[in-house]
Amino acid sequence: MNSARNSILGRLRTASGKEALPAENFAVVAPRGWSAEQRLDRMRRMMEAVHTEFLDSRGEDWLGQLQGWLARENIPGLIYAPATPLGRRLSTGWSGSVPLIAYDRAMAEWKEDFFGQAAAGITGTRGGIAETGSLIVWTDADEPRSLSLVPPVHVAVLEVNRLYDTFWQAMREQKWAAGMPTNLLLISGPSKTADIEQTLAYGVHGPKRLLVVLVDGE
Amino acid sequence: MPAADFRAAAGPALADPQLRANFRRAMDGLMSKRAAVFADRDEWTALRSLGATIRARSLLQLPDLLERLEAKLTENGVKVHWAETIEQGNAIFKQILSGHDARRLVKGKSMVSEEMGLNHALEAEGIEVVEADLGEYIIQLDHEKPSHIIMPAIHKNKQQIARLFSQKIKDAAYTEDVDHLTGLARRVLRQKFAEADAGVSGVNVAVAETGTLVLVENEGNGRMCTTIPKLHIAVMGLEKVVERLEEVPPVLSLLTRSATAQPITTYVNMISGPRRPGEKDGPQELHLVILDNGRSRVFADPQLRNTLRCIRCGACMNHCPVYTRVGGHAYPGVYPGPIGKILTPQILGMETAGDLPHASSLCNACVEVCPVEIPIASLLVRLRSEAIRPRRQADSGPGVVRGAGSQRDAAETWTWRGWALAYRVPLLYRLTSFLLSRFGWALPQRLPLLKEWTTVRSRPQFAPQTLHELARREKVSNE
Ligand code: SF4
Repeated sequence: MNSARNSILGRLRTASGKEALPAENFAVVAPRGWSAEQRLDRMRRMMEAVHTEFLDSRGEDWLGQLQGWLARENIPGLIYAPATPLGRRLSTGWSGSVPLIAYDRAMAEWKEDFFGQAAAGITGTRGGIAETGSLIVWTDADEPRSLSLVPPVHVAVLEVNRLYDTFWQAMREQKWAAGMPTNLLLISGPSKTADIEQTLAYGVHGPKRLLVVLVDGE
Repeated sequence: MPAADFRAAAGPALADPQLRANFRRAMDGLMSKRAAVFADRDEWTALRSLGATIRARSLLQLPDLLERLEAKLTENGVKVHWAETIEQGNAIFKQILSGHDARRLVKGKSMVSEEMGLNHALEAEGIEVVEADLGEYIIQLDHEKPSHIIMPAIHKNKQQIARLFSQKIKDAAYTEDVDHLTGLARRVLRQKFAEADAGVSGVNVAVAETGTLVLVENEGNGRMCTTIPKLHIAVMGLEKVVERLEEVPPVLSLLTRSATAQPITTYVNMISGPRRPGEKDGPQELHLVILDNGRSRVFADPQLRNTLRCIRCGACMNHCPVYTRVGGHAYPGVYPGPIGKILTPQILGMETAGDLPHASSLCNACVEVCPVEIPIASLLVRLRSEAIRPRRQADSGPGVVRGAGSQRDAAETWTWRGWALAYRVPLLYRLTSFLLSRFGWALPQRLPLLKEWTTVRSRPQFAPQTLHELARREKVSNE
């Protein structure tokens, strides 16, 4: 439909003038000057307000704590991405009773099982955004998109020294514009809806529960 | 189906106490929550001014940005299509889908696809289209159109939804428990996601710099539609583009806070291409359809162009006294409320939607809350005058609104001409006011203008003496 393209752009060009562009002032989305403690505090508050659960494993053996949590919650298995740095730590350090299941093939090859039987999935994060309480999830060949979407429980590991004040700050400091992944996500809680009479209900299509494991940074 | 006539549809809507109660409750809640998230006035003013500037800059560079977006997306492996009309848009969809032999579609919320009547067009080809957003799913089950651009099923209460589900979903018992109802929809739709041949989504913001399509949502259905099926087709109006990635955070902050008072939605889904080699999931093919459907014509007029700044947050309808009372279904087209009153007449034309700009008291509530500073009230006034623009002028010029002049009415035109003349000629003024004060009562009820005026108002009573006569009698000098 090249003719459609050309006539649309042609009409837009005819109507476009040579006006100067007004200047933008980003101060209102710039870093807030929060301390590390304030950031973490805000992060938790914002996320807990929308039903996110936290496992504070700073200074602890987080693998052991996570195993304990999964066992307590009767979660029968945890799907993980074996080739990520997080995945390597999991496969070497895992010992509990809850089995680890590797997401090591294309989704199409195990779609039915994945949809039918997945109980929980674990992903890493590229930090978080304190202002809005959001996790940055960067997907790629090693970290599948659906791992944080299809299983009813999503476990996300967050290094506490990778928190930013604002969304704008995070994308600039991490230089997102220089190379975006196919799918970059901000996740700010478990899936929810208010489409029935404005009443909040959690776990509509995506995960019903979101657990954030707070760990010390490297 | 969309009512063709706002005036006719508004009557029954106003007389429906259930509908009015549903809207009143919902809008009151939305307004007070929004006020709370923008409580810091300085922050609101600064953020809003940034949002308005970003959108204004986007429009100032629109053709360039669209070309850059296309180039960047193509580089990222996305196939870009252009549609001047909704027929072209639907044809592009059909062509892509038939190329993949795709028969089952899951769809995220997209107002542009509603504008295109996409579901209808595809279903006519025997393709199954399942709306996956819970609100959209509800109204699809009931064969309705959305009554709100953010909360499509807001006109229904939970009893109505409970009844609907128990009738339409297999093995569903009647329950008013919202968690249970949500669970029912989850069960049905999960199966659909897993089986779908293709996913369809809208776009909230498209970034020219990186070739990124940004989608916001709370449910995860949008992520399902854009992640699970092997084919993803996104569709957007041509105004959705912004220049740089760093412009996304302020726009989203304004969007989600204005829409539902959330600091951010559960998911911000930034898509910059189909599955790359080695990736385990994500669509193998990604298409973007860019729709014009009258927008480039809107763009041609420097004042009306501001309509295209809109980020579809819905705040204007949440605060609109007319929308709150008549609900979304009374409006022709798919965009209700103030944004619909300025957009629909320009897209559908004045012949079809020329009465919409009048469905406003110009109270300015929408203008005060619009996060991108669209001067909605001035645009309504402008469109009112476009509707009665003399035919001679109406036919020419790219900027002139479609169907301009179609609401022009000889009786009205001559009455106003007479009015203007009387105000210019003192003798004529005195004569007219004298005659009206003495014989105005005798004007027949069926007289044009008087007839329309008195359909919903009582007939004006003329004073027995004119103001000038009274002033003379009271010896007011200064005349
Ligand atoms: S006109 Fe303004 S308030 Fe209304 S939907 Fe668009 S951006 Fe929101």
